[in-house]
Amino acid sequence: MKNFRITPSLAVILVLVILVAIAALRYDGFLGVYNVQSVLRYNSMFALVALGMCFVIMTGGIDLSVGSVAAMCSVVSALLSSYGLFHGLAGGIAAGILAGLINGVLITKLNILPFIATLATMLAASGTGLLLAGNQSVSVSYDTYFTNLGQGDLLSFMRPEWVDADEVGFLGSILGFILSFPTPAWIAILAYIIGGVVINHTSFGRHVLAVGGGTEASRLMGLPVNRTIFFVYVISGALAGLAGVILASQFGAGQPIEGIGWELFAIASVVVGGTLLSGGKGSVAGTLAGALLLGVIFTILNFENGMGWISLSAYWQSVIRGLFLLVVVILQSRLTSKDPADSLKAST
Amino acid sequence: MNAIDKSFGSVTALSAAHLEIMPAEVMALVGQNGAGKSTMIKILNGAFRLDRGSIQFDGKPWAAGSPQQAQRAGVSTIFQEINLIAYRTVAENIYLGRELKRFAGLLDWEKMNQGARALLARFSIELDVTKPLGDFSTAIQQMVAIARAVSFDAKLVIMDEPTSSLDEAEVAVLLNTVRQLKSEGVAVVFVSHKLDELYAVCDRVTVMRDGRTVAVSKMADMSKLQLVAAMLGRDLADVRASGATAFGEGEKAIGEELLIAKSVAVGRRVSDASFDVRKGEIVGLAGLLGSGRTETARAIFAADPKSKGEVRFDGKATNFKSPADAIAAGLGYCSEDRKVQGIIPDMSVADNLTLALLPTLTKMGMIDEAQQRKIVLRFIKDVGIKCSGPGQKIRELSGGNQQKVLLARWLCMDPKLLILDEPTRGIDVGAKGEIQSLIQQFADKGLGVLMISSELEEIVEGADRVFVLRDGQVVAELEHSEISEQAVMRAMAHGASKDTEFIEVQHG
Repeated sequence: MKNFRITPSLAVILVLVILVAIAALRYDGFLGVYNVQSVLRYNSMFALVALGMCFVIMTGGIDLSVGSVAAMCSVVSALLSSYGLFHGLAGGIAAGILAGLINGVLITKLNILPFIATLATMLAASGTGLLLAGNQSVSVSYDTYFTNLGQGDLLSFMRPEWVDADEVGFLGSILGFILSFPTPAWIAILAYIIGGVVINHTSFGRHVLAVGGGTEASRLMGLPVNRTIFFVYVISGALAGLAGVILASQFGAGQPIEGIGWELFAIASVVVGGTLLSGGKGSVAGTLAGALLLGVIFTILNFENGMGWISLSAYWQSVIRGLFLLVVVILQSRLTSKDPADSLKAST
Repeated sequence: MNAIDKSFGSVTALSAAHLEIMPAEVMALVGQNGAGKSTMIKILNGAFRLDRGSIQFDGKPWAAGSPQQAQRAGVSTIFQEINLIAYRTVAENIYLGRELKRFAGLLDWEKMNQGARALLARFSIELDVTKPLGDFSTAIQQMVAIARAVSFDAKLVIMDEPTSSLDEAEVAVLLNTVRQLKSEGVAVVFVSHKLDELYAVCDRVTVMRDGRTVAVSKMADMSKLQLVAAMLGRDLADVRASGATAFGEGEKAIGEELLIAKSVAVGRRVSDASFDVRKGEIVGLAGLLGSGRTETARAIFAADPKSKGEVRFDGKATNFKSPADAIAAGLGYCSEDRKVQGIIPDMSVADNLTLALLPTLTKMGMIDEAQQRKIVLRFIKDVGIKCSGPGQKIRELSGGNQQKVLLARWLCMDPKLLILDEPTRGIDVGAKGEIQSLIQQFADKGLGVLMISSELEEIVEGADRVFVLRDGQVVAELEHSEISEQAVMRAMAHGASKDTEFIEVQHG
């Protein structure tokens, strides 16, 4: 019997769709190419960080360091950007992986609670970023392709002679439209596809959920518990690094003081997306929807301001976003049908 | 306490249970797991409300609404785990919740420290009451808990397995404390699974089974064997019941030695366990609660480190560092705590069944899902798991079917030895039989099985050989024809030889 259940992650996807539909009716240009592209471009960074956080939370852990690691990595990649796109990209990701490795060692080898361990690396990464940047933002090099990563689309990587506008036919213009999606959005989409496959179709992914669902049970069946936990922090670090690279590229500078509060956005996206904070149960697609939901609410508030009826300061926007999040979470717990086993409870 | 009934939902925990304690008497309260001891205690100390029945205390009807009220009225309870705060000082712990105050509500440290010292002196304990409680040994902490309990002017002190984490010398100190209480006119209810302690300190004994009081007697009038028989619900004259389990009968070909454990010790729970399992053999590990059965099994599987001893497996000396090592060598272990240490509740039947197998099902980094499905479907059929399909979440299944999934989890890895800790606990009768015959079936194919069970008939009928543990030591090995409920019970009660009874009772 396959009865239909509204899972928490399905619920957030529904909320997202409804919200976008309402906004599209209410505001001119909400679904316009420009707006869609800028929303995706900006929120892809949060989405990447949230994906890493999703893996960590599925094991029952938490990674508070992602925000300042992203900031640090944006500085590292800005410093390396003059050597070229690849150097900036690889350097930023490598710095993120390094932070993840440190988290992994602290948590699995020294048995420090994830909350404390990543709190420490959060402070350390923040300081490192400021030191490397000399306490100011570091301009990236505009001589290389580096800025295309954050600001451009896939077309911007192509040579002009490949895209001779006179010769493209119908298919070509569709291809052109797709390729004109912002690069960061492509990166995020690709990361989420890989993330979804890893969670559902690899032993590592299954072990992530098993460890979060029952650490002792996992240990007793011989699963590599520590190795699994170690790797989720490395993944989280790497994705935070990637987000940092995009940050530097998009804003044209390494930003040592950006990234504050990103970890909270990421945690909110994951939780709203239907992943249990205690681990063992979660959804990659839900996390993406959660991240987009946060971004869309932000955009809607901006549009609302633009309508001229009301004028909300940034502070009020923050309050409203917080309230909306609460409403979503409450609705989720009310609307989602409980698993039948919850009401049975007994060990019959 | 008279004719006490208590149910939780549809589960009856107590039915017409009795408990009577005289002033200055030490009453032993014994019974198997689920016999109703804890429920009885919790009703007495106000944590639970009774459904029917009456309680009189000190000549008056007793109606404590909470443990706090009970404590104020003269009934204090000391639990197995010490419910005190390790980081605070001894004196603070003793006065927690009723701190002595000076003017303006400030704490009167001096008076509290003095009071604490005086209180502990009553039990001949001298220590620095300004040091954190956690600095002292478990026994001292236990003693402080007792002192605290008594300082509420308790007339009755309930001790729920107070000695389970104490070593021998510490137990002696605790038993002295109990005697001290008794001499001061305080009554004590003493819950313990260690028979020697009961005989050493208790005046009378109340035996509970299945929510009923089945025996009340003077301690000295009841032999250990009688006591064990009463706990397990066996008539002494009753010779073994026939065919109560689904284990097959008869001798079969037993292969060569598979596992040899020599003088295994684990912490303070297991001091000397030696036994062996051969291929195709079901070996029972019997013993009362707290005798170290589970600890021994976990040490063999390297789930916990063993402190001493040797384990040879499949002809080789082993030194497993983790369960993963043991599994790689061909062991499997089904824990008694199915919910916490067995299933991953939010994952599917298929995932739960194949999690440990996944690395071998992986092709180019991806799980070979066709292969996985084939294995899962085969085992669902072979083991008889009732579920809507491989994708159903395991927590939606009944306990019996969950257990079958866990068995299948190991069987699909093709192990040489399977350790089963209470394989049929909390499982309905039908599924129980199915699981038992499944175990038999795989043993017939050459699998070695080490089975722990609290159910005598499961041990007696299922096992080809039985080792009996008593207070952390293997005290008896019973071969096929020697295995009977009586023999197992005798070993649980006395150890290897029955001649020791007289001496031990005298000793107590």
